[in-house]
Amino acid sequence: MNALAAGFANPPQESARAFRAAMQAMACPGTIQNITGPEVPGLSPAAALLLLTLTDGTTPVLLTGDAAQSQDWLTFHTGAPKAGSAAEAAFAVGRWDDLGPLNPYPVGTPDYPDRSATLIVEMAEISGDGPRLTGPGIETEVQMSLPDADALRLNAALYPLGVDLFLTCGSRLAALPRSTRIAEDG
Amino acid sequence: MSDYNFAYLDEPTKKMIRRAILKGLAVPGYQVPFASREMPMPYGWGTGGVQVTAACLTPEDTLKVIDQGSDDTTNAVSIRSFFAKVAGVATTTRTAEASVIQTRHRIPETPLRSDQVLVYQVPIPEPLRFLEPRETETRRMHALEEYGLMHVKLYEDIARHGAIATSYAYPALVNGRHVFDPSPIPRFDNPRLESPAIQLFGAGREQRIYALPPFTSVQSLDFDDHPFEASKADGACALCGATHTYLDEIVADDQGTRRFQCSDTDYCMERRA
Ligand SMILES: [Zn+2]
Repeated sequence: MNALAAGFANPPQESARAFRAAMQAMACPGTIQNITGPEVPGLSPAAALLLLTLTDGTTPVLLTGDAAQSQDWLTFHTGAPKAGSAAEAAFAVGRWDDLGPLNPYPVGTPDYPDRSATLIVEMAEISGDGPRLTGPGIETEVQMSLPDADALRLNAALYPLGVDLFLTCGSRLAALPRSTRIAEDG
Repeated sequence: MSDYNFAYLDEPTKKMIRRAILKGLAVPGYQVPFASREMPMPYGWGTGGVQVTAACLTPEDTLKVIDQGSDDTTNAVSIRSFFAKVAGVATTTRTAEASVIQTRHRIPETPLRSDQVLVYQVPIPEPLRFLEPRETETRRMHALEEYGLMHVKLYEDIARHGAIATSYAYPALVNGRHVFDPSPIPRFDNPRLESPAIQLFGAGREQRIYALPPFTSVQSLDFDDHPFEASKADGACALCGATHTYLDEIVADDQGTRRFQCSDTDYCMERRA
């Protein structure tokens, strides 16, 4: 039943719009995109839309916590293999606590920093109430709620290595690439 | 229309390119490898840029394509009509009306906005290639921030010519970390690489994608005693009188009379309208 939950009715057009929202989010940390995604058990519409748009048979996906309910749906619609562990994941989805510590996720290699995991973090809310952020995509500075500023500061310190985050909440989408610098105060 | 997938490329290929674009945005200036596809046009026509544009276009977009500042070259017209056909998108020659602009060798004179995407066609993405032909070695050099040889080369220019001779594809340091090649734009355009728009770079033959998120720091390489200068021809446009734009020198008649005109034809026409 879960496998038959909605995918894209018109994949090329819908995935194109979804990607543009994802690209805008990743290019402009701290901005929030509103997108329309499918209703899939265990996933927010935003997280489901990202998975449909970005994953395929070449991208192992780790579904943690409630998100694991969507395993059959994901396999049916994208063919993405199930990652056996965080270390194997190209994408990982779930609440911050379910995703576990960042250390095991791939951060890329010095020669290929792009070979790093993308985490889709399901948030209770996304707001401008959080630490001050600076870096590429941010004109001066911006504030955004983050799941764990200390852990993400350590991730940013690995630059140009590191994982990249999408933050999802219902149909809302934001991103925190490894390039974003997170202020210590607030 | 039904003979094609939307925007020509199949969905698995677009997913692969889209993932490369996102990683490129996360590490500005770093060249992400991707598996370039055959496109129904020769490499010299910017198949890397075409693939990036195909992966970005939505049905609602309005596309502009320029070649050395002009909307009217065979290359620009062909790419524009290609996407009008395979993606059904609206097209324009007006910079202000475009949501996606594919370019070869110029940044439009009209300041770009945060709701615009600029896609560059890149022939040679590796700024260190002329120093080191081996890909494994240039990759190492980027990993270790070994950019000393690059500075030596530029300084040799100064020693020989009294100034840095590189006038196109002038290398710059992105986000304080990666030296990158901005494609063969004139160095006049380098200061405008720091832009509110998203900038994406696609190299088809070399199979690389890289990116600049809005407002990313882009420092053209220079020296304390020889700071970077965004040079251009010293003259005025014969059509609109502009002295602040990048000018092409053209032969105006059979007598070989030379004159300048704006390389950005849309901008020049706007000024005369
Ligand atoms: Zn003019």
